[in-house]
Amino acid sequence: MADEHKKDVDAYSGVDTTGHEWDGIKELDNPLPRWWVWVFYASIVWSVIYWIFMPAWPALPGMDGHTRGLRDHSERANVAAAVAELEASRAPMFTRLTEAADTGGISAIEADPDLLNFALAAGSSAFGDNCATCHGAGGQGFIGYPNLNDDVWLWGGSFDEIRHTLHVGIRWESHPDTRFSQMPAYGRDELLNREEIAAVTDYVMTLSDMIEPTEAGQTMGAEIFDFQCSACHGADGRGDRTQGAPNLTDQEWLYGGTRDQIYNTIWRGPYGMMPAWEGRLDEEVITALAAYVYLLGGGESETITEASAADVINTQEAGR
Amino acid sequence: MNLIKNRPEAREQAADGVERHDAVAVNAAHSRELYKKREPIYPKLVHGKFRLGKWVFMALALGVYYILPFLRWDRGPGAPDQAVLVDFANARFYFFFIEIWPQEVYYITGLLILSALALFLVTSLFGRVWCGYACPQTVWTDLFIAVERLFEGDRNKRIMLDRAEWSFNKAWRKVGKHAVWLLIAAATGGAWILYFHDAFAVVNNFVTGQAALTSYIFFGVLTFTTYVLAGTMREQVCTYMCPWPRIQGALIDKEALSVTYRVDRGEPRGRHKKGESWEGRGDCIDCKACVAACPMGIDIRDGDQLECINCALCIDACDDIMAKIGRPKGLIAYDSQDNVDRRAKDLKPRYRFLRPRTVLYAVLIAAVGGIMLFSLMNRAVLDLNAYRDRSPNYVRLSDGSVRNGYTLTVLNKTGETRTYELAIEGDPAMAVRVLGADETSRQLEVGADQTQDFRVFVTLPRDAVDAPSEPLTFIVTDTETGDQAQTRSAFQTGEIR
Repeated sequence: MADEHKKDVDAYSGVDTTGHEWDGIKELDNPLPRWWVWVFYASIVWSVIYWIFMPAWPALPGMDGHTRGLRDHSERANVAAAVAELEASRAPMFTRLTEAADTGGISAIEADPDLLNFALAAGSSAFGDNCATCHGAGGQGFIGYPNLNDDVWLWGGSFDEIRHTLHVGIRWESHPDTRFSQMPAYGRDELLNREEIAAVTDYVMTLSDMIEPTEAGQTMGAEIFDFQCSACHGADGRGDRTQGAPNLTDQEWLYGGTRDQIYNTIWRGPYGMMPAWEGRLDEEVITALAAYVYLLGGGESETITEASAADVINTQEAGR
Repeated sequence: MNLIKNRPEAREQAADGVERHDAVAVNAAHSRELYKKREPIYPKLVHGKFRLGKWVFMALALGVYYILPFLRWDRGPGAPDQAVLVDFANARFYFFFIEIWPQEVYYITGLLILSALALFLVTSLFGRVWCGYACPQTVWTDLFIAVERLFEGDRNKRIMLDRAEWSFNKAWRKVGKHAVWLLIAAATGGAWILYFHDAFAVVNNFVTGQAALTSYIFFGVLTFTTYVLAGTMREQVCTYMCPWPRIQGALIDKEALSVTYRVDRGEPRGRHKKGESWEGRGDCIDCKACVAACPMGIDIRDGDQLECINCALCIDACDDIMAKIGRPKGLIAYDSQDNVDRRAKDLKPRYRFLRPRTVLYAVLIAAVGGIMLFSLMNRAVLDLNAYRDRSPNYVRLSDGSVRNGYTLTVLNKTGETRTYELAIEGDPAMAVRVLGADETSRQLEVGADQTQDFRVFVTLPRDAVDAPSEPLTFIVTDTETGDQAQTRSAFQTGEIR
């Protein structure tokens, strides 16, 4: 078609047409805007310069993947360098944090405003990356995943205990020292029948004043509790932190506090797990995380002994 | 085609001893086609009071622009001593005695509103004086034209030089002009970056190659834009790129002063022969001195038009001619459309500066200015913000009591470290704890000119909880001066009613 094309000047504009025609509408053959043409030429020149200085062409035989360019530029190397630089700039504060934690515990961190803010910032960031998936963005927890803001701790809430838990994990069997205990699945494994579980549910609920005592609960339920549960949860149901057995007399229910939820918990026997972070995270980051979790508001000061903790609970009960 | 129209050799007489310029208003609406290349404009130098005024204003504006960053203002130790400084790195804006933090950016908003209102007022009184005298585009274009004149001569010489074949004469004049343009453009970009860091340090770092990359980038961008906008684009910026002409056109009413050709006096126009009577004809001898002087390439005698920036150079040009032919000055003058109409009806011209719209603008300016001044004078040097934790909204403790977490942000805008005492106003049973070494202390220490965050926990015993949300106010008191700041927040109990 192009060969047959003769000059076909548009009468109105006086411009030659390209010879393309659609339903009588012809395309004018106006030149490209000059500024556009110059930008186009400049781009070509630029690309040649770019080839010389930057990695540009795929592998020629005998080359390592691609042409290197005079600058030997690598985004990957740049990122690695930037990350290394950032880590180096943070290293002194992390070292200070770990030293303070090892020598003076959490009070040494709290005493130094710089260290405190650093621990909060570093801990918050690491928490968001590693912990928030289960524990929630603010550590508020969900059913089956403990709330880290309150003063209820399964395995201990002092700074050192939290740090240790982070190291070894909970029921994380690949770590030799992991925190471990197991509640039997009384229903699923047919250790108790439905009637018995219902009775022990009644009994557990009376421990925290959630319901009035029932006859089945006080007889069958109390008997089963004494026989099956008290070994871990204690005769009075206050739990045992050495085995991660929760206190059943307080208002906190990790797996839900309705009658159905408690029944279900006894039926299936929960087996909550947390990874051991030792080896996955740097020691310094674990320290920052422990401080962050401690400082969420529920951390227990190291001076609280088991006896004084029991005193606190007794006073609270007297207040009810 | 147009070059023939611009032919300077034609020396016609418009009146005895007055040359008739062969100038064409290339940008006048009737002679401008849609798809056409820009016609070059060769404004002729005029002399007169408006030209003088523009020189003075140009010197003033450029002087302020170049000297301001070097002025010093003592703010005490640790604070920058540059009088006008936009400190992005530390998020502060300094203007002599004023220091503005990012959260006080409403002062800038106020300043912009004030500027807009001032522009409204001035425009409704005197037309587009901003465009004619103060706009950077006008100032720099004027300067660039002056440089052009220096190298290439006045109007006719420039036209001939452009039309001449390339020669050594043409080359050195062109090269010289562009070199000086670039120099001015570089100085413009160079001064801009002085406003963002310490000016002396920037100058030093800039020439030794140690300044920040952004400094070089902005220097380059502003050098380029100055060179292009003032050197080659000129009147096209005002006509095609700038929104002001449209906005200002809407602000001008019939009584606003603007550069006006007094049709009633000038028409019918035409050549004046020696000894001819002035009876029955207008004062305009059609010499086109006004067109030759116009940097916008229009003919003011076509009436008020979008392209006119009201630079008043045509007034100077015309007054000169009127003096030569012995007619009164002011054929082109600052006047209103209303007065032109009135004179045509044999009414006396009137100049009313107190009109509803000017009064309204003046009142608004006084109000906004007053509010800004008042708030600047009473600017708080202490501020407090409370951010309540949202996840979790509240924490129930094992004894049934409820705890809320807050991040308190204390802003110390004084030049020295201060200690503040924290107090709360709310349920008396609430217990407050500030995260830090001493759990009983409620002293918050904040460094000079700094913002500091504090984690605060408030706990309410179970039996004191009586609403889903309880009001809570945080108060900080400067232990030295007694200055106070407070902020209202809430305490969520999780109780559902």
